[in-house]
Amino acid sequence: MSDVTRMTASEIAGLIKNGEVSAVEVTTAHLDRIATVDERVHAFLHVDREGALRAAEAVDRGEKSGPLAGVPIAVKDVMATKGVPTTAASKILEGWRPPYDATIVERLRDAGTVMLGKTNMDEFAMGSSTEYSAYGPTSNPWDLGRIPGGSGGGSAAALAAYEAPLAIGTDTGGSIRQPGAVTGTVGAKPTYGGTSRYGLIAFSSSLDTPGPCARTVADAALLHAAIGGHDVRDSTSIPQPVPDVVAAARLGADGDLSGVKLGLVKEFAGDGTEPGVRAAFQESVEALVKLGAEVVEVSCPHFTYALPAYYLIAPSECSSNLARFDGVRYGLRAGDDGARSLEEVMSLTREAGFGPEVKRRIIIGAYALSSGYYDAYYGQAQKVRTLITRDFQAAFERVDALISPTTPFVAFPFGSRTADPYQMYLADLFTIPTNLYGGPAISVPCGTSEGLPVGFQVMAPTMGDDRMYRVAAALESAVGTLTPPEL
Amino acid sequence: MTTIALPSYDDAIGRYEPVIGLETHVELGTNTKMFCGCPTGFGAEPNTQVCPVCLGLPGSLPVANRAGIEATIRIGLALNCDIASWCRMARKNYFYPDMPKNFQTSQYDEPLCTDGYVDVDVDGETVRVGIERVHLEEDTGKTLHVGGATGRIHGATESLVDYNRAGIPLVEIVTKPVTGTGARAPEVARAYVTELRDIIRSLGVSDVRMEQGSLRCDVNTSLNLPGAEWGTRTETKNVNSLRSVERAVRSEIIRQAALLDGGGSILQETRHFQEDTGDTRSGRSKETATDYRYFPEPDLVPIAPDPEWVARLRAELPEKPSVRYARLREAWGIGELDMQSVVNAGAVELIERTIAAGASPAGARKWWMGELARRANETGTDLADVGATPAQVAELQHLVDTGKLNDKLARAVLEGVVAGEGDPTAVMDARGLGVVSDSGALTAAVDEAIAANPDIAAKIRDGKVAAAGALVGSVMKATRGQADAKAVRELILERLSG
Repeated sequence: MSDVTRMTASEIAGLIKNGEVSAVEVTTAHLDRIATVDERVHAFLHVDREGALRAAEAVDRGEKSGPLAGVPIAVKDVMATKGVPTTAASKILEGWRPPYDATIVERLRDAGTVMLGKTNMDEFAMGSSTEYSAYGPTSNPWDLGRIPGGSGGGSAAALAAYEAPLAIGTDTGGSIRQPGAVTGTVGAKPTYGGTSRYGLIAFSSSLDTPGPCARTVADAALLHAAIGGHDVRDSTSIPQPVPDVVAAARLGADGDLSGVKLGLVKEFAGDGTEPGVRAAFQESVEALVKLGAEVVEVSCPHFTYALPAYYLIAPSECSSNLARFDGVRYGLRAGDDGARSLEEVMSLTREAGFGPEVKRRIIIGAYALSSGYYDAYYGQAQKVRTLITRDFQAAFERVDALISPTTPFVAFPFGSRTADPYQMYLADLFTIPTNLYGGPAISVPCGTSEGLPVGFQVMAPTMGDDRMYRVAAALESAVGTLTPPEL
Repeated sequence: MTTIALPSYDDAIGRYEPVIGLETHVELGTNTKMFCGCPTGFGAEPNTQVCPVCLGLPGSLPVANRAGIEATIRIGLALNCDIASWCRMARKNYFYPDMPKNFQTSQYDEPLCTDGYVDVDVDGETVRVGIERVHLEEDTGKTLHVGGATGRIHGATESLVDYNRAGIPLVEIVTKPVTGTGARAPEVARAYVTELRDIIRSLGVSDVRMEQGSLRCDVNTSLNLPGAEWGTRTETKNVNSLRSVERAVRSEIIRQAALLDGGGSILQETRHFQEDTGDTRSGRSKETATDYRYFPEPDLVPIAPDPEWVARLRAELPEKPSVRYARLREAWGIGELDMQSVVNAGAVELIERTIAAGASPAGARKWWMGELARRANETGTDLADVGATPAQVAELQHLVDTGKLNDKLARAVLEGVVAGEGDPTAVMDARGLGVVSDSGALTAAVDEAIAANPDIAAKIRDGKVAAAGALVGSVMKATRGQADAKAVRELILERLSG
């Protein structure tokens, strides 16, 4: 038998279902792969070998079935997993084992997937390179000296390094899509409310969206269908069924986009994008036209203000969401020598437990929400958010989906953007508007630039997740998937 | 701190005009907490009624309890408020260990209910207290400071936190500033809290017990010279009874007047009412003004009550307590003070049901407010849980009315009923407590008493009927109480009239 770690999730599930391979064999192959390469990649913060084998055995005993039964999966360490360490890549949660499972984790268990472990990320999902993990960065399997994107660099790198065929990410400003783009994998941000946030350690509640990561569009759709749908434990979850993304991906794979109208975002055509990225994107647009799509230019004038609005809203919410990490109930407690006051211990704990980027955002957010500044910052940012939403709504009256490069640049070398936060924030320039609007978007590989992957983004209207899968699958059928160099 | 000679209350209120305001927190009696499914029972072992949501564990999310929203709307309607057609919860951010998330889910500039009023009766005059807002929030946990002398955090060696209360729905009711009350400000404050308590109790949404903390009150007080702008206000906490509400306002007026008289100024601060001395003491002053950094709670969807639902809740509001009490006072033939005692004892319903079961108003009230209230008090239980039902009390009174029991025997029977020995008739029979009705035996006892007390008998024969009491006592003694005193008296008069 050929190497199962190189197979897609649907291929693996098919083999297990037909009895050609056992779930335990598949799991063991992936655990072995992790043992071989993860020392260099560092995609995982925790590998749950025993838990994975137990889950695989249950599938082999026939206790679980379904389209993903027996398929290994890597879960971003921001999702609560019962009894399994969950840190959000922060020192402040070192050693914390949640007493409960996130809804998505519960659904993954029910679907018979086998959780291999928890993947690395920027601390509390704040970053675009995974360099802000408190436990060291993850390397890009395409070039170990470069970043795998962020915040979900661990999940994307695990896919590109063949350590797992599927992964869970969370996308607040691009944390699924940008890592997907720079690692040559597929990452989808579902409609906000289309996937449950229960058990997702909050960064920015009104933006955080869990979603699927995979090596193919079809696999991403399968995973999306398995984790999506209404959850009574999340008030912001949409009480409607998820659009049929699996069927849409299948339809798109036929390679016919006639009748589909796509909009090129005019405001994203500026000169901030690397020439190689622009070239790969242009070639892909031409490929889509060949498949029958009509492509027009669409103006979304307020997208220009998305980045500043995002960097007020997300930090504001994070300053409140992260207040609970105070050393009183769980996680790290620093300086509690019996003599210090409660306030001192809380301060020392937060000083020791949070990294610099997290502190920066907490301070920005606390400032933006403070009385006298609220209207000028948080209030104004919310107004911009409304205008961006209107831009999207107006655009979707003209076109079925919007397209752009996922990120302006390919994977950059470690350390090249950490000195200036703004240079790092630019990585999410094209992904952030979607989060502010709440619609779905997907990144799919569309070629390479200087030997490094380039991502193509498709943005769709809220609850129009099926549309983006159709376009992405069509593009994938035209340009093919990318294969990283051997590690 | 130097001690300033305090003026008398009359003296103080003669020179200044008070402005008061009340912030009342009511813990709702919902079965489950506001944002999770945990039970809300009082007095459970610490940290046994908790889950990831009310512990604020990373990743957990709140889901609003419809019953809490409904109860808040009903309170708002009963207080003549407007109900918002759309509003949001907000986060109030501050660090305190009894608050698991270090923010309280509350409401800020979009309260569920606004602009109402309560009419209260003070010495026969109606005073209208405006309601600024009624909003919904979650309660915090409870911190217990161990090892210090005061129970406060200072000097404590350990602080323990119980999160059972965290997340219980809490309704905050804020009055508009109450002006023009003059010397009656303390009485108005008390009357308002009393009326509010009765209204909320009539809605059945909270047990509104100040001593258990399900009704908590903060009192704002300021003084100004007549015609001048309002003075700086203080906020007095730890006001745990109706009487304390009145005392807190009174003592704060005296304290502030003394300071102002001496040319001093009032510090805007939180003060704590002292139950033992009846005065207020300064809380720890905050170095800087707290900025709660309120913003709309992004984890919850907006509350948009369906107008039809609100209309139905409005139509189903119970009779206003003040109206109901006036009606019952008339029907029962009692005065305002007696009615107030009945209300305070939580006996209104019980007496109503006892009357419905056939007892006279006086009879029903006598048992509930007398023997049973005393027992409830002694055992620290609710009157409703004291062990007797309205039907049993009505039956007991019937036995008295028909002469089968006298007052003393009835008390003994009631004791048996409360002890769970059965209904009154059964207890009477089982214990052999019935009145001696055998006329032969009774006549013999009466004759014996007349023979033994010739002087008294002579007085009665001479028309001094009042003297019969002594003979009645003697007969009752002889029958060990098991006779009907009224019948005995009649029999004595009959025997001596011939």
